[in-house]
Amino acid sequence: MDNDHIVKSFDDDLSRLDTIIAEMGGLVERQLSDVMTALIKRDVELAQKVIDDDKRVDQLETELDQHTITVLALRQPMADDLRAVIAVLKMSANLERIGDYAKNIAKRVLILSNMEPVGDTVQSIVRMTALVQEMIKNALDAYGTLDIQKADNVRLRDEEVDRIHTSLFRELLTYMMEDPHHITACTHLLFISKNVERIGDHVTSIAEYVHFLVAGELPTQERPKCDLSSQTTLEED
Amino acid sequence: MPPLTHKVRAQNVNVFYGQKKALNNINLDIPACQVTALIGPSGCGKSTFLRCLNRMNDVVDGCRVEGNITLDGEDIYARGVDVVHLRARVGIVFQKPNPFPKSIFDNVAYGPKIHGLVNNRSEMEELVTTSLEKAGLWTEVRDRLDAPGTSLSGGQQQRLCIARAIAVQPEVILMDEPCSALDPIATARIEELIDELKENFTIIMVTHSMQQAARVSQKTAFFHMGELVEQGDTQDIFTRPQDERTQAYITGRIG
Repeated sequence: MDNDHIVKSFDDDLSRLDTIIAEMGGLVERQLSDVMTALIKRDVELAQKVIDDDKRVDQLETELDQHTITVLALRQPMADDLRAVIAVLKMSANLERIGDYAKNIAKRVLILSNMEPVGDTVQSIVRMTALVQEMIKNALDAYGTLDIQKADNVRLRDEEVDRIHTSLFRELLTYMMEDPHHITACTHLLFISKNVERIGDHVTSIAEYVHFLVAGELPTQERPKCDLSSQTTLEED
Repeated sequence: MPPLTHKVRAQNVNVFYGQKKALNNINLDIPACQVTALIGPSGCGKSTFLRCLNRMNDVVDGCRVEGNITLDGEDIYARGVDVVHLRARVGIVFQKPNPFPKSIFDNVAYGPKIHGLVNNRSEMEELVTTSLEKAGLWTEVRDRLDAPGTSLSGGQQQRLCIARAIAVQPEVILMDEPCSALDPIATARIEELIDELKENFTIIMVTHSMQQAARVSQKTAFFHMGELVEQGDTQDIFTRPQDERTQAYITGRIG
């Protein structure tokens, strides 16, 4: 994709798609880091900002959808151009969902800020989110540089995220059983953990579309999954 | 399902126009009862290659064909091959519709008559009818078969030329940009027709329209500067071509 098209306005169309993805990527990265800061510092204002920022992410997704339809209809892209258009369409849908999860976390931060802290689960959530943030950064870098190796590595990282989520699930169940007063806070923390785990899945999907963009097909290898929370119970003592 | 072995095979084909080498070592298998599209920029040799397949190049001064081209395993350039008979087996439809200055009926009847394919008037009428039906033109011309072929619209004329090609019961139909002089509706009709014809005929089509190649063909071969750069399933060529030159051409990066 180094050579320019004979019709230069086609290049402009494609680079506009790139620009939108870059802006969406930047925004959701920001949402995630802000919402974690808000969670740690119990900062309601910052949480509210994360919620407000999501509107812009949604707007960008709509804009990208419309522009993609225009490119498909008017340019009839082929080969790597076609793959680029399909990839950004799928990537933007995933980025938009990540934005939604960040917003949902922010809403829960608003509630949690008025409650007593429970154990050090926030630290685990922050650690898990840091992994996911790294994955987003690498997935977007892989897209920017068409680095298939980097994209494939992102897929593999998701396993670790799943593992932390499963252990958080266990931990939070324990807290709830120990003291029913903690049930409300723990439930919100549980959902936050689940949201972060889902974000990991969406980043994985983005990485898979980077793979598709470069190689012409989706990765065929099954990726390792370690979210066992749906099968997790606590043994009654 | 017809057997999907190759109908036409080109091996180490070189073509020269005088000193100039127009095609360089072409190896290509054309599967039976499928549409194979030949694409590439102007002057890449795709039409030259198409014309080798029914020895249309024989009549071009200074044109020399080397290598081996077989139809059902038989060398079409072998000594003793009857070129008229070959062209009855391998028909051709050109870019611009070129009906004979005769009636619609006689345009279709001409080939079968000179090849002696029918014995009497009623057999001829039946053959003309079925050929026009297969070409999707019958209902439009049934009540004016005596009208001159040239009185039809461009799209109808092209379908008349396809009916004329079909009438001699060929096995292979070559098409050299069959839709480039037609509007989108007429083009769509021809494309639909090509899709139906592939049930019974092996079709090889040169087209400048990438979208058309993508729409109607199952196999695509990309020519560039006299070489066959890449060939494969149409779906693969247009979604993940392997060669950079193919990629550049179909995405509009080189002329």
